[in-house]
Amino acid sequence: MRLFGCVFTIAILALLLPYPAAAGEKIFNAESFTLDNGLKVVVIPNHRAPVVTHMIWYKFGGADETPGKSGIAHFLEHLMFKGTPTVPDGQFSRIVKKLGGNDNAFTAHDYTAYYQNVPRAHLERMMQMEADRMKNLTLREEEVASERQVIIEERRQRVDSRPQARFQEQVMSSLFVNHPYAIPVIGWLHEMRELTREDAFDQYNEWYAPNNAILIVSGDITAKELEPLAKKHYGPIAAQTLPERKRTRPAPIVAAPRLVMEDARIGQPVIMKTWRVPRGDDGIDMVAEIMGGTSTSRLYRKLVVEKKMAVAAGASYEALSLNETTFSIYATPAPGVSLQDLEAAIGHEIALILERGVTLEELNAAKGRKRASLTYYLDSLQGPALLFGRVLTSGFSIDYVENIVNRLEKLSIDDVSQAASTVFRNEDYPVTGILLPKERPVPTPAPTQNQSGSKAAPAPRTQGVNP
Amino acid sequence: MIRFALALCVTLTLFAAPAGAQTAEVVPAGKTTGKILDVKAFKDSSGIEVWLVEDHSIPVISVNFSFEGGLAGDPENKPGVARLVSILLDEGAGNIRSQDFQARLSDNAIEMTFTAGRDAFYGQMRTLTQNRDMAFDLLSLALSQPRFDPDAIERMKNANVAQIQHDMGDPSWLVARSFNGMLFSGHAYSQPGAGHLASMTSITRQDLVDFTKAQFGRDVLKIAIAGDITEAEVKRLVEKTFAPLPLQADVAEGSFIQPKYAGKTILYPLDTPQTQISIGGAGIPRADKDWHAAVVMNYILGSGNFDARLMREIREKRGLTYGIYSSLQSMKQSALITAAFATSNEKAEEALSVFREEWKRMAEGGATDAEIADAKAYLTGSLLLELTSTGDIAATLNGLQRDGLDPDYINRRNQELMNVTTADVKRVAARLLKADDLTFVLVGKPQGIKPDILLDRPPGMKEPARK
Repeated sequence: MRLFGCVFTIAILALLLPYPAAAGEKIFNAESFTLDNGLKVVVIPNHRAPVVTHMIWYKFGGADETPGKSGIAHFLEHLMFKGTPTVPDGQFSRIVKKLGGNDNAFTAHDYTAYYQNVPRAHLERMMQMEADRMKNLTLREEEVASERQVIIEERRQRVDSRPQARFQEQVMSSLFVNHPYAIPVIGWLHEMRELTREDAFDQYNEWYAPNNAILIVSGDITAKELEPLAKKHYGPIAAQTLPERKRTRPAPIVAAPRLVMEDARIGQPVIMKTWRVPRGDDGIDMVAEIMGGTSTSRLYRKLVVEKKMAVAAGASYEALSLNETTFSIYATPAPGVSLQDLEAAIGHEIALILERGVTLEELNAAKGRKRASLTYYLDSLQGPALLFGRVLTSGFSIDYVENIVNRLEKLSIDDVSQAASTVFRNEDYPVTGILLPKERPVPTPAPTQNQSGSKAAPAPRTQGVNP
Repeated sequence: MIRFALALCVTLTLFAAPAGAQTAEVVPAGKTTGKILDVKAFKDSSGIEVWLVEDHSIPVISVNFSFEGGLAGDPENKPGVARLVSILLDEGAGNIRSQDFQARLSDNAIEMTFTAGRDAFYGQMRTLTQNRDMAFDLLSLALSQPRFDPDAIERMKNANVAQIQHDMGDPSWLVARSFNGMLFSGHAYSQPGAGHLASMTSITRQDLVDFTKAQFGRDVLKIAIAGDITEAEVKRLVEKTFAPLPLQADVAEGSFIQPKYAGKTILYPLDTPQTQISIGGAGIPRADKDWHAAVVMNYILGSGNFDARLMREIREKRGLTYGIYSSLQSMKQSALITAAFATSNEKAEEALSVFREEWKRMAEGGATDAEIADAKAYLTGSLLLELTSTGDIAATLNGLQRDGLDPDYINRRNQELMNVTTADVKRVAARLLKADDLTFVLVGKPQGIKPDILLDRPPGMKEPARK
């Protein structure tokens, strides 16, 4: 399911994504209600085919873990598939499959989410099973032991086998001093090895409750049709007192961190600068789009096309986050170009946007691109549900998405200048990361941010293209 | 930038790819009975086959097309020509230079992607209805008058070299490269699709021009379209878009190859915590009368579903891997059954021993009635889930066209699966699953495994990998 990964990429930009509709019109027409026990329900109708996506999102993620138990949120996500008294022995996924559906789950710093995509006729069975495992999980010691091995293999495969991924962990650790985003969602290996059945149940009992969850259903359904089903299956689960979701505040970065990693398996040098910035900021999103969102944006045009100093360059902003977030610029030097020169060229582009801002033409084009691309969200079953899940677990509202267009219409070039200042005149230093091949210098794709764990393994490489 | 965005997308896919996406079958599964899609099929005046599914609910149109040909079109000793063409077609065409072409695409949210595959050169386009004519015009220019400006060629060669350098440090790429290089030894399929560092130096502009002239013939073109467009509009646009192309392609005929190194274990030593394993043996062609039985059998054996036999035994029970998949690969000039997974170096021997046992168990005993019923329920029930976007529909239809199936096959396919009997599965399992004839390709430092062949570089590459 390539769709999934891509949806996440789009979601990074998404928040800004204005839509095709006229200002004031809603994009998704999402409907929402809350059950007496505090479960928030969001319905996103899409009647193209008789299928639905059913998702439950818990406001509990890697950044909410007990210190020393890194990886427990993700481990619990895996263990949630083991069973309950009524759906025992790993039958959950088997039942979903028998009904012609697909299921999986994923964990990030701010949430843990479970989903099933099924023919509409089987939605109620999904609700019944998901509600059941919110409270009735059972775990045998041997299941926990073998699943612990699975998450360790997962870490080895996704992180330890890839120098770029290990490097990204270090960048996050340097950027989020005194904040849990410094700890990888998958966990540190030495702590993962010590995670126990009791650790999993401690977190499960504390955080898995209707008043800490959001139910999202998109597809061939309306709120009116869903409400009685939600009441029937999720309604009987009692609300409970929740721990306060308090996060330590990140400490100032008063010295400029410069991280260098040399590894024989890194194919080419990369320079990346990452700033700690405010979340959910439309202006910053426009800065990222104008500086580095496409192959006609400033960094690519100047550094790759005109000056021929880089083979790749871009910028990104992760708008959706419960706490502070990241803004990154990366570039890979062209053969024969030094990292110092490339870094200076990036510095020049930053100085330029700070001094002169952006043009109205650039801003309008960026708004137009985002507006147009939002229509594509509607051409997907799961995309809107993923977006709303991330928005709501990051502490934003449904209107935050539905009103994107209005906000964007009002955004001026002065607002974008202000946003550039927020990023680049930040009192906290950015983290400069440099990846180097151990022997000869040659060019790598930028590391990704905020990885979320997933219960499922990666699928094999596609066959169409010959590796 | 575009290239980079794609690379990011792939990375994220690995992070979050859900299971169950990988039955190798091109066609997704479906509703048990009844009409799945209303496919209109017709030919344009030059004989191009067009399939269309109209859906006017969202103002989006997706187009997927293919020119039969593929890797064999790369000149001897110059692998990577098709790849370079695929990333250069949108770098300027006709009077429109690279940056202008890119701006027209991104500012109008027109997505245009080309992919050089083993057996075909693929194109994919998605546009909003309002930009429809502009999108088809740009597509026509890209295919018939690509500029191949020297600076664009250099930029894309650099980007591709960067990708190759990155790949050569990536264990999952190394295992796929070693697998293809060895099993298809002596055949065009053994060539690295992206080329190598030497070929990036030797490929000339003329090679690119020759490739497009030889490959993009209307007689080998198949087109599938889904979304907000009528039959009359499709006829007009297809006629206009592809008319500038030659009537006939000049594509080399390849010959069928049986996989080489049957029964051998091949090791490419690499200092990583895990061993990547790719396994293959002779498979079954798509046109074989037992194809559907093989699809059912493969689903039970190793679809990636948590309940598939390989997943249950190797991951769920023993925690030896994050995921294992088997798949059927039917190509024009070969057919394989494959499996792939990663495991810790210390456990490689144990994991392979369990793997062999499961392969033999299925070969000797086939599957149970209950397993077969469950597999059919999933494969038929989930079809609609795979057809929820215009892009999914167009891609599926183009796959069916390429497989030589008729437009109504999609409505018949579930019945074909339902007709599979327990005896059919047993027969096809005995025929396909020959544990002693499998080729095992390993990358890592597996303990307790004695390879028959030791590789000192990735086959087909001119340069040693980074270790």
